[in-house]
Amino acid sequence: MTFEIFFQTLASGILMGLIYALVAIGLTLIFGVMDIVNFAHGEFLMLGMYSSFWLFSLYALDPLLTLPLTALMLFSFGVLLYRLLIVRIINAPMLSQIFTTFGIMILLRGVAQFLWKPDFRTIENSAVSGSIKLLGLQLGEPQLVAGLGAVLITSAVYFFLNRTRLGAALEATASDKEAARLMGIDSHKMFSLAWGIGAACAGAAGALLATFFPIFPDVGANFILMAFVVVNLGGFGSVTGAFWAGILVGVIQVMGGLLLGPQYKTAVVLVIFLGVLMFRPQGLMGKA
Amino acid sequence: MKMPRLVKLTAVLSGLGLSFAIHAQQEIRIGVIYPLTGSGAAVGGELRNAVEMAADIINNGAAGIPDLPFSAGKGLPNLKGAKIKLIFADHQANPQTGATEAERLISQEHVVAIVGAYNSAVTATASRVAERAGIPFLNAESSSASLTQRNFKWFFRTTPHDDLFVRNAFEFLKELEAKKGIKPGNLVSLNENGLWGTETTKLQAKLAPEFKFNLVKQISYSAKTTELTSEVQSLKAANPNVVLQSSYTPDAILSIKTYKELGFNPDMILANDAGFSDSDFQKTLGKDADYVISRDVWALDLASRNPLIKQVNDLYFSRYKINFTGNSSRSFTGLMVLADAINRAGSTTPEAIRTALSQTNIAGKNLIMPWKGVRFDETGQNVLGSGILVQMIKGKYQTVWPFEMASQEVVWPMPKWDQRK
Repeated sequence: MTFEIFFQTLASGILMGLIYALVAIGLTLIFGVMDIVNFAHGEFLMLGMYSSFWLFSLYALDPLLTLPLTALMLFSFGVLLYRLLIVRIINAPMLSQIFTTFGIMILLRGVAQFLWKPDFRTIENSAVSGSIKLLGLQLGEPQLVAGLGAVLITSAVYFFLNRTRLGAALEATASDKEAARLMGIDSHKMFSLAWGIGAACAGAAGALLATFFPIFPDVGANFILMAFVVVNLGGFGSVTGAFWAGILVGVIQVMGGLLLGPQYKTAVVLVIFLGVLMFRPQGLMGKA
Repeated sequence: MKMPRLVKLTAVLSGLGLSFAIHAQQEIRIGVIYPLTGSGAAVGGELRNAVEMAADIINNGAAGIPDLPFSAGKGLPNLKGAKIKLIFADHQANPQTGATEAERLISQEHVVAIVGAYNSAVTATASRVAERAGIPFLNAESSSASLTQRNFKWFFRTTPHDDLFVRNAFEFLKELEAKKGIKPGNLVSLNENGLWGTETTKLQAKLAPEFKFNLVKQISYSAKTTELTSEVQSLKAANPNVVLQSSYTPDAILSIKTYKELGFNPDMILANDAGFSDSDFQKTLGKDADYVISRDVWALDLASRNPLIKQVNDLYFSRYKINFTGNSSRSFTGLMVLADAINRAGSTTPEAIRTALSQTNIAGKNLIMPWKGVRFDETGQNVLGSGILVQMIKGKYQTVWPFEMASQEVVWPMPKWDQRK
C-alpha cells in the first residue's frame, strides 16, 4: 500500500465521517433535549435530498444555493411534527415513543415513494462536480464542499448552544427539565426548537449529500444505522461528541476496509463501537 | 330418511353456487410477489407493469401481434375464456416478508399459482412456502443457480441462471481473444455480499482457472453501503484489466461515481445485469454509464431479428413511456408461460397446472426473448434460455455478444475517465 492510497482513503473517510456527523448531530440534539429516539431521522435526510432535487430540477437552483431554504423547510417540518404528534407522547411509555417515530419513518418513506416514485435520481452538473487535486490527493469536489459545509453547520450549532441565551436555555432544558421550567424556561418551546434544529441539520446534510449521492425514498436507511452508532459513540446528547465520533466512524470504516479487506469495514466499526460501550458506556464524550 | 334442514339448505345453496360458477366467467387468481416498496421498489414497479400488461393482453387482447400467444384477448380458450386476475404482494426485498406474503396469497387469496419474486433470496423463501403448500411457483427473473438445485417439485424458472450467465462472461472473454485478437488480461471481481453476489463470487473463482484467466482479487461489499472508497482503492491496487461486477441499482451507481472520482480506469467493466440493467442506472449516470458491458437477457436491438419483440415493446412503451428491460421482458414472458400452462391444463387445480408446466414447449419465435424457447428439465429449469452481452453506447445498451447476434462492434478498452468528453 502506498502513501498516496493511505492518505487518499483517509481523506475520503474524513469527508464521509463529516456527513455522518451532521446527520448524527440532529439526532443527538433531539435525544439530549427530550430523551426521545427519532427513528425518522434518516427520512428527514431523505426529505432534504428531495427538496434539493426538486428545487434543482424545477427551478434550476443549485443545492448549495437552496441549502438555507431546505434547512428552513425541514426546520418548519420538525417543529410541525413536534406540535402535532410528538407533544402528545412526551410522557408516554418509551415503547409508544419508539413506535411513534418508527411509524413516522414508515409513513414518510411511503409518502415519498407515492409522490416521487421509487426511482433513483441524481443532481447532474451542480455548481460543484468532478474532482480536484489537492496536496497530491484526488478529492471529489461535492464531497469536499459537503465536508466543509458539515463543519460550518456543526460549528454554527455549537456556537448557538454555547454562546447564545436561547442555546443556553436549550442546554438547560436538556440537563434538567424541571429545574429549567422553574427558571421560567418554556420547555415546549425548547422541545420544538430541538426538533426544528435537529430536522434542519438532517435537511442540510441531505442538501449536501444530494450533490453526489443517488436520491431515492429509502436513502435514509443507508445512513441511519451509522448515525445511531455515531450518537452512541459520541455520547447521547453530546454535539461535540457526535462531531468527533462521526469523523471517527467514517475513518474507521474506510481504513478498516482498506487494511483488513472491504468486506470487514462495517464489522470493524461495530466491534470498536461494542468495545467503547463495554468500557465507556456513556460514550466518548457523554456525561456519565 | 329425513334430511336435516341445515344440510338441505346447504345443498341448495351450493347448487346455486355451482351454477353461478358455470355461468359466470371463471377468474384465475395468480399471486404476484415483487419488491413494490423499499430498496427494490424501482425495479418492482417495472415488473408489476410488465405482468399487468401481459394479463391485460390475455384478457382484453392486443391488435396486430398475431405471433404472441393469447393476443386475441379471449382469456384462456381451454377454460371457457377465463380471465387472469393478478393479486399483488409486496415483499420489500425481505426474505421473511416474502415467505409471509406467499403464505397469505395461498391461504387467504387462494391463488392457483405464484409468480415472483425478483430477488433470489426472497424467491428462495417464498417458493419454499409454495412447495410445502403444493402450489406452482413460476420464477422469471431470479438468477441464483441454487434455486433449481433444491429438488423442488413445484418450482419452475424460465430465465437462465447465474452459472450460465457467469460462464457466458468467460466465454465472451475467450472469444474476444480468439476472434477479435483482444487479450482481456487480469480479472478482479466486485460483488455484493447477498446470496446472489456470494454465489457469483464462488462461481467466478471456480470458472476463472477453467477458462485459464487470472482472477487476481475478489471483493465483496454490502449493497446498502454509503461509500465504496476502500473497495475501489483495493481494486486500484490490484490494477486489473477487467472488473467483473455484480451490483444492485444504488450501489452500481455509487461504484461508477467512485471509479470516476478516484480515477480507476480498468479496460472494461463486465457487469452482471441487475442494477446495471435498471433504466435508472443510465438515467442517473448519463454519459458516465457509457462503455460498460453487462450481461443481459434482452435488448431492444434484438428486434431486428424478431419482429415480435418490437411489436410488444411498442405496446409497452405506449403505456409506460419506457422500453422493456431485461427484467421487465422476463417478467412479461414468465406470466405468458404460466398462462400457456394453465390453458393447456384446462383446469385450475395445482396438480394439473404443475403437470402442464412440466410439459411446456414454447418456440423461440413466440417469445420476446432471444431464447430458443421454453422447456423445463426435471429441476424446473428452462433449458432453452441463453444470455447476451450488451454494451452501453451513447446511452443505449447494444448487443455485442454472441458476435453473430451483435448489432454493434464491441468497444474495447473503455476510454479513461479524463479522456472522455
